[in-house]
Amino acid sequence: MAESENIVAETAEKIFADLADAQTINSDKNGSWKAPLWQALTESGLPLSWVPDDLGGSGASLAEGFSVLSSAGRFALAVPLAETMLAGWLLAQAKIASPEGEMTVAPASPRDRITLNADGTLSGRARGVPFAKAAKHIAVLADGANGLSVALVDAAAVRIEAGLGLGGDASDTVTLTNVTPIAIKPTPKGFDQTALMLMGGVARSLQIAGALESMLDISVRYSNERVAFEKKISKFQAVQHNLAKLAGESAAALAAATSAADAIANSTSFDDAFFLEAASAKIRCSEAAEKGAAIAHQVHGAIGFTVEHILHRYSLRALAWRDDFGSESYWAVELGKLVADRGADELWPLVASR
Amino acid sequence: MTAALRFDPIRLPPECEQLRKEVRQFLADEIAAGTFDPHQPNREDTDAPEFSRRVGERGWLGMTWPKKYGGHERSFLERYVVTEEMRVANAPTRRFFVADRQSGPVLLKYAPEHIKMDILPRICRGEVCFAIGMSEPNSGSDLFAAKTKATKTDGGFLINGTKIWTSSAHIADYMIAIFRTSPPTKENRRHGLTQFLVKMKQPGIQVNPIGQITGQFEFNEVVFTDYFVPDDHMLGEIDGAWKQATSELAYERSGPERFLETYYVLTELVRAVGPNPDTRSAEGIGRLVAQLHTMRRMSVSVAGMLQAGKEPVVEASIVKDIGTIWEQQLPHRVRDLAAFVEENATNRETLENQLSFAIKTAPKLTIQGGTTEVLRGIIARGLGLR
Repeated sequence: MAESENIVAETAEKIFADLADAQTINSDKNGSWKAPLWQALTESGLPLSWVPDDLGGSGASLAEGFSVLSSAGRFALAVPLAETMLAGWLLAQAKIASPEGEMTVAPASPRDRITLNADGTLSGRARGVPFAKAAKHIAVLADGANGLSVALVDAAAVRIEAGLGLGGDASDTVTLTNVTPIAIKPTPKGFDQTALMLMGGVARSLQIAGALESMLDISVRYSNERVAFEKKISKFQAVQHNLAKLAGESAAALAAATSAADAIANSTSFDDAFFLEAASAKIRCSEAAEKGAAIAHQVHGAIGFTVEHILHRYSLRALAWRDDFGSESYWAVELGKLVADRGADELWPLVASR
Repeated sequence: MTAALRFDPIRLPPECEQLRKEVRQFLADEIAAGTFDPHQPNREDTDAPEFSRRVGERGWLGMTWPKKYGGHERSFLERYVVTEEMRVANAPTRRFFVADRQSGPVLLKYAPEHIKMDILPRICRGEVCFAIGMSEPNSGSDLFAAKTKATKTDGGFLINGTKIWTSSAHIADYMIAIFRTSPPTKENRRHGLTQFLVKMKQPGIQVNPIGQITGQFEFNEVVFTDYFVPDDHMLGEIDGAWKQATSELAYERSGPERFLETYYVLTELVRAVGPNPDTRSAEGIGRLVAQLHTMRRMSVSVAGMLQAGKEPVVEASIVKDIGTIWEQQLPHRVRDLAAFVEENATNRETLENQLSFAIKTAPKLTIQGGTTEVLRGIIARGLGLR
């Protein structure tokens, strides 16, 4: 994506290229790459991209933040940048200032609920919370007697059971038992858990699309290097057609994710057309992750199945990201219900609304 | 990065929304008047000359062409809206669709002025039907193996040979065809073919209908026997058709007709399922709608890039590759879900009839206008693999 005017994305891309090179990270057995990377990101203000200046952030636009996430996907970034951005964004919805350091959001699944008790404390359990163990704070969406609230919670005040997602990144279970939040405020009108899940889903969609771009890139490169049966495997039609299919899946993911991001960046309300954009992105990008990762591995053969090779950094993360903020089958059911409820003759007007 | 695929999030401009309303109203009026049945894609005769003229009267043919040729100088995105609304309504576009999408633009680019002045306004009025003469009995995807010969004679060329799978040749007024004017060279096997404008319904041309597995007769065999084409009907460079074929393909490949051919079965499924679907139906419909939405976003994106003067050849090929496979699979996925529809659903029979037709239509979708294999070859070339 050549968005030359987008300084924020270029800054991110440069930091990733310098400090998050897949090969370097893959050979680094003690995780020494993490601290300098996070420090550089923090110094550039990227983790709080979506937090306005007066709430402690760098006040970038939604569109600029989305392009950072695309780039993060292309590098299969394994630090909680997307999560901190989402947490800052969620806190900003309720005008709560963001603290420094890593954050994540809870719930991260549409089925989990966190409750705001009558005494002002929070209780509940959220599964599959990305990078909870690494987070200093958690932005929580809680359901109370008077509606929804956003709360800033100290990660030390909750119980975290460590878990691992497919990609090897933390995917933890967070349990809150009468936790007193650092700050809590009601959500603005019209903001609900679905809105949070769709925003998280679009973030993951962009990351998946980015990872697919890289999978296509390294698969094409590998096929032009690897020789079998006395020629480059890129010269075999079967391999060419597989890579063309991978390009198609990558293209579909890119189109769905950037369209949904654009819809969020330019919309003022969470209407049906917005829902179609965001849910479709998560569904289609997840499908693309499955098909695309399979082809990328097929092209690489056994070498791509090894820990030493970088392919798994992209393929397994793309597959893992399908699970966060509602899986594709969850969103498909929700979208199907919406379509059925609108009725057959309202399907095309919905699809053709933009 | 080797692959720089672009699919910018293009939105249709505001003028498209007014136009869309007008097209929907026009189609609703035509349906009310009995011109066509939107629930019945399997028509005996998809040719509708009067409808074609009325579409022309509305200014919806030659939309992007210069006004001096009867065009309307509107954007490709506006044309996109008209095309998709017609397709979704199952409107009988056969008579004008090829001329509007493909033949007109070729004439605009390569025909002499007096021919442009003669034919283009008639296309815009919906009066003339075009066919495309590419495939031959022994050359399909391998376009440059064409053998039908154009031999130089006084004031023109004599054509001898056979074109095949020529859609609409039986109703067409004109054909744009490629004929062999020279043998291929050692260096360039694509050399030696020339594009011509052919007037149909003349002596020397015999059109033989070919039945299709859907029960329709849309394509034909067209036999040329000493058929005379005047010199001024040659389009572009002699022996150089191969240079002219590529840039138009982006238009041909990425339009809404490349994923909406069987769309009607999805609408009908949603109707049959009703407002309270079970989980299986909801999930199935949700996935199909997400895929459809994504296809349309990709296709609109390519239309926007074309409007901006870019040539997204690889992107357009990707749209056709995954779009045609999607519309091919759609009736089968709808069939899966239809198995659970209530026996007494009011549109059950309509849905079953549509499915039967769509499933029979499906095989052609990944063959016509560039097979999946050819498209993947183009994509592979774009990726730097060949």
